[in-house]
Amino acid sequence: MAESTREPILEVRNLVKHFPLTQGIVFQRQVGAVRAVDDISFELYPGETLGIVGESGCGKSTVAKLLMSLERPTSGEIFYKGEDISRLSGRALKAVRRNIQMVFQDPYTSLNPRMTVGDIIGEPFEIHPEVAPKGDREAKVRELLDVVGLNPEYINRYPHQFSGGQRQRIGIARGLALNPEIIICDEPVSALDVSVQAQVINLMEKLQDEFGLSYLFIAHDLSIVRHISDRVGVMYLGKMVEIGSDSAIYDHPTHPYTQALLSAVPLPDPDAREGRERIILTGDVPSPANPPSGCRFRTRCWKAQDRCSEELPVLAVPQRFADADTAVAHESACHFAEEKPHVAHA
Amino acid sequence: MTEKGIDLVKDETASTPGTPLLDVRDLQVEFHTREGVAKAVNGVSYSVEAGETLAVLGESGSGKSVTAQAIMGILDMPPGRIAGGEILFQGQDLLKMTEAQRRKVRGNKIAMIFQDALSSLNPVLSVGFQLGEMFRVHKGASRKEAKARAIELMDRVRIPAAKERVNDYPHQFSGGMRQRIMIAMALALEPDLIIADEPTTALDVTVQAQVMDLLAELQQEYRMGLILITHDLGVVADVADRIAVMYAGRIVERGDVREIYREPAHPYTRGLLDSIPRLDQKGSELYAIRGLPPTLTALPAGCSFSPRCDRATELCVTERPLPVTVTDAEGAPIAGRTSACHFWKETLHG
Repeated sequence: MAESTREPILEVRNLVKHFPLTQGIVFQRQVGAVRAVDDISFELYPGETLGIVGESGCGKSTVAKLLMSLERPTSGEIFYKGEDISRLSGRALKAVRRNIQMVFQDPYTSLNPRMTVGDIIGEPFEIHPEVAPKGDREAKVRELLDVVGLNPEYINRYPHQFSGGQRQRIGIARGLALNPEIIICDEPVSALDVSVQAQVINLMEKLQDEFGLSYLFIAHDLSIVRHISDRVGVMYLGKMVEIGSDSAIYDHPTHPYTQALLSAVPLPDPDAREGRERIILTGDVPSPANPPSGCRFRTRCWKAQDRCSEELPVLAVPQRFADADTAVAHESACHFAEEKPHVAHA
Repeated sequence: MTEKGIDLVKDETASTPGTPLLDVRDLQVEFHTREGVAKAVNGVSYSVEAGETLAVLGESGSGKSVTAQAIMGILDMPPGRIAGGEILFQGQDLLKMTEAQRRKVRGNKIAMIFQDALSSLNPVLSVGFQLGEMFRVHKGASRKEAKARAIELMDRVRIPAAKERVNDYPHQFSGGMRQRIMIAMALALEPDLIIADEPTTALDVTVQAQVMDLLAELQQEYRMGLILITHDLGVVADVADRIAVMYAGRIVERGDVREIYREPAHPYTRGLLDSIPRLDQKGSELYAIRGLPPTLTALPAGCSFSPRCDRATELCVTERPLPVTVTDAEGAPIAGRTSACHFWKETLHG
């Protein structure tokens, strides 16, 4: 991996987003906060795919919204090519957004049903006319349709005339319209059928090679994330608990939550029923409005000790693996990080 | 429990030995829509034995849920219409029963678990009331008895502090706990057959594992037949005994779960298995089945899968393949394995 030699295109530093909980109708007072994202840092390098996995409520979609400036962070910075974009507004924000685009989860609700496909894909040009002057727009939209594998003749059709997979292609074409460098994909294939999922994943990989895109790929399906990602980060209750190369996370996970998550994924192989250790977690994810002290995972962790409730584990390469020359030496936020065999494999 | 035991003995004597618990034969369901007649189910046949798990695998629009709704008798009619076939449950055709007779079967003998627990539960009634309702309506239990049974059931599906939570409302439970309540409700009258339609699709993966484990354990304990309807090839591999793969309203392949995963005999099954990324290894480019499923109002004349199939020939376009028994390399038929493909041999062995 070329991380050390290259500058990150996107760098997130100590990002925090708390949503206030209020009481009262006329005089609202804050009674607490949902800690959706709580002190997260990571980098995205040019041309790479960083996968973010986690269960519902872990804050992964809030991260996407923060990166798009759809939500303002409570604290922390987001550097795009060295410039902090987290507090930009107006013209400066508009200029940055051109380079960071988004593909949404639900292709049924993220496309306006009253607009034609041509209008949907061409709409970004209304905001950034410098990319395609008025006369060129139709040609540009046709080209984009062709790039995502749709017939350019469909330019005047409406979204309801397309299937789910085709709609997601329209969403991708819209994301590509302004030649962005970064595309943030929030569960882009989870609403699609298995056979169509593979088509869209292959398309996204092809486009990445063709245009040198960087993807932040947010999903809950661990197999898909492994397939598409160069590096993977695992989130739990607003925290990044483990991050590393795909092989580090899937073949050598050291955080108990990652291990439990991987072991819970059913493998499409009936012969793997035996021989694989299942870690069945008890209980539910605690409320992000009132997270446990210390390590957030300790209430469901089989390794938890007193230290876990007192001291927050930091996300760093664990001391004992610091000298290891293998994928096991990656950042993991656990006091008792260690490898556990047979979680993802039979 | 004792009632269940008596039921089983009675049923075994009533029906000839070897009769499956449920036997669906050549079922056809169509929907009358503005675009024409949509043939959602076109001659589906499958059977389930007591204590067995049959997974019905298919993508949206394959007819897997419509088949289940027809068995359960909860199909919206109109626009739906059962155009033909038989659904034999313990030897009796459900389709020939009166509505009153069917109501006795529903819940009592065949129960269903739905995907979305939140919209399947009544938001303004407590879960204890809704669970207890089963006993009040079907068994004539008193309110007090019903509540006691509801607590027992909640304990059974391992909802912590059942006694304190029996009067809580559905929104006060998490997604996984709500799905447990759905399972408890399905189990309430100790049915012989449970139909689970995408029971864990809405759940997170760690919770999915908890719920599937619970379902499998209870199924073994009560020796129920289970029809698991899903699109998730991982879940199927984990819990199913046998599989029926559906495509455009027909079963294209059927057989033992291990055999099908090892050696699929239909190009669609093979394509599905090749198109999913693996957790335990990093693959190269995914195999993608090209094109889209056919519209149900205008099914192709020959094989429904032929427009998307790499192996399709002129024969596939003109002549619809009927399910044939699959044989092994030596030519001996494999019990219970069928494939509806003209080229199943080539798909299986090549």
